[in-house]
Amino acid sequence: MPRTILEPRFHVEYLSILDSDGNLDAALEPKLSPGELRSLHRAMVLARRFDERMVRLQRQGRIGTFAPIKGQEASQLGSVITLRATDWMVPSFRETAAMIWRGWPIEKILLFFAGYVEGGRPAPDQRDLPITIPVGTQLPHAVGLAYAAQYRGDDAVVMAYFGDGATSEGDFHEALNFAGVWHVPVVFVCQNNQWAISVPLKKQTHSKTIAQKALAYGLPGIQVDGNDVLAVYTAAREAVERARAGEGPTLIECVTYRLGVHTTADDPTKYRTQEEVTAWEQKDPLTRFRAYLEKKDLLEDGLEQRVDEEIAEAVRRFEATPPPDPLLVFDHVYAEMPPHLRAQREELARWLREGGAPAPEPPEAPQGATPMRGQRLTRR
Amino acid sequence: MTPITKLNMVKALNLALLQEMERDPDVLILGEDVGVDGGVFRVTDDLQRKFGSQRVIDSPLAEAAIIGTAVGMALYGLKPVCEIQFSGFAFQCFHQIENHAARYRQRSQGRFHCQMVIRMPYGGGVRALEHHTESEEQFYAHVPGLKMVIPSGPRTARALLTSAIRDPDPVVFFESKALYHAAKEEIPEDPETLPIGRAQVVREGVDLTLVAYGAMLRVAREAADVLQAEDRVETEVIDLLTIAPLDRETIVTSVGKTGRAVVVHEAPRSFGPGAEVAASIMEGAFLHLEAPVRRVTANDVSFVGFAREKANIPDVARIVAAARETLAF
Repeated sequence: MPRTILEPRFHVEYLSILDSDGNLDAALEPKLSPGELRSLHRAMVLARRFDERMVRLQRQGRIGTFAPIKGQEASQLGSVITLRATDWMVPSFRETAAMIWRGWPIEKILLFFAGYVEGGRPAPDQRDLPITIPVGTQLPHAVGLAYAAQYRGDDAVVMAYFGDGATSEGDFHEALNFAGVWHVPVVFVCQNNQWAISVPLKKQTHSKTIAQKALAYGLPGIQVDGNDVLAVYTAAREAVERARAGEGPTLIECVTYRLGVHTTADDPTKYRTQEEVTAWEQKDPLTRFRAYLEKKDLLEDGLEQRVDEEIAEAVRRFEATPPPDPLLVFDHVYAEMPPHLRAQREELARWLREGGAPAPEPPEAPQGATPMRGQRLTRR
Repeated sequence: MTPITKLNMVKALNLALLQEMERDPDVLILGEDVGVDGGVFRVTDDLQRKFGSQRVIDSPLAEAAIIGTAVGMALYGLKPVCEIQFSGFAFQCFHQIENHAARYRQRSQGRFHCQMVIRMPYGGGVRALEHHTESEEQFYAHVPGLKMVIPSGPRTARALLTSAIRDPDPVVFFESKALYHAAKEEIPEDPETLPIGRAQVVREGVDLTLVAYGAMLRVAREAADVLQAEDRVETEVIDLLTIAPLDRETIVTSVGKTGRAVVVHEAPRSFGPGAEVAASIMEGAFLHLEAPVRRVTANDVSFVGFAREKANIPDVARIVAAARETLAF
């Protein structure tokens, strides 16, 4: 028998609408209203200024380790703005732009990165998961949420974020596989920012694209210019509409770049060149979107100052946070506190009450008078 | 008067699943081979036919995604009951259990929680291969936020699984393969629950406390019979039922009475549940102790094939010998 080519043959689309030189493909230009364009731009500027402020706050010791998003604003915002409040957003740990759009107060994000668990608590009606740190492990959660939405007959869509490094994790592959088999309304948004700490994409995968990995699981995959907010928006809107219409999951690969450090504990000069960073700075998502809005006469005067003031206000509120109550650590371990935790809580409370002095208390004897050592109370 | 039927543990577990699914439409089942096949041990037999393939899901073969997607379902408000085919395969989903199922309530400060049950067959004595024989309860018992439950027979299995499904916290539920078909017990038809976090004194005595659970409970009870018949020793036997949170009160009260304790489990000794039981006795009943707490457990070795399994799992003779040494101390 001759070898044959199996049908169907696969293809992976690449989408770019507004390139780094400001060229616009008008035929593909999404129909966003002036109000929508302005609020999108405002969110991008806020995300950028907040990001830069967070890095400075970390350097000053006012917050802990932070994972900056600088350069990835278009990937996050172009996608997240396609969600409704009743949809679900599943972040990793580098999605502050998407989180702010979804209504996370800035001071709450500050609290989180200052080590307060309260900062990770979503509002009661908010359909966002908290920050997930183990890489890729949030992706099966997104599939489960989408299954549950479908099971209940809700028309909610789930959008899950992750990076290029996560695509090497088993959880990524398992999540895509389950999503494909179950045909659930989930959109996987990969921010391919080229670096997983010090490991470049070419050492992460031998695939030509990340988008093509979707094809193995029977889902559509599309690669977009992740620094082109119009392209990200267009791909995400299509994927969300398909998901909502019961047409299943999609993988979107946003080709972008982490202009800053992996986290504030990282030194990228050890593994990448300044030339590379400079080349990507020429493709900054904010620069080209600003130019696009300028042509439409949609730029707002004093936007940066207003955004900075909003951030400063949030930092002031954050810094007025009362000192943490150590006893809060025992809350929400279980629905009801079991006896051993009540005992540990009481032990810590007593320790704190007595100024850290040890509080020797004889152990409670189970019955009768406390016997002396060596005094036999029992038979034999 | 509720009718009573005699069921083995497989049928008893199946009854709990059936009744909870009838009671609550948010309860669903997922796992490998749980649907058409009814599970490799038939615990989910016939449930897919009754409730459909959307509620009894034959998942792809991936433990991490079974637990990971169940976490997502639970965050949405469903109550998944997952089956991991053998506990030896659960290390492929341990990160989802430890990093997420156990932590979501605290991470989100109560905004989310994972009401889910993770069922797994565990334990030896069935002449099975590596990864089909081990006892790994200590891994789960050590994780804050998890509950770790091991029934000892059909009736406790049915009642505890019902409680686990209704429990708002994630419960890891171990089912002894050796017990699946070992015995039948009378099971009332009306749903029955048992409190999670509470042990049971299944035999009263004043000379020695034997602490056991799961498949080791009946071995411990047989040892108590031998001690009664041959040594005239009155042994108190405690069935832990819940490994975590541990019912220290029942243990300490018993040892306060007997002054002597032997703990039995199939898991390897070091850092196992026996160590926590012994420490609890030290903390709560030290001045009542007449002898050191003994542990009769598997040795700290990996599984080396069922041809040598018998020597590694506690049996009646070893428990009796340990009890006699404790009594003679």
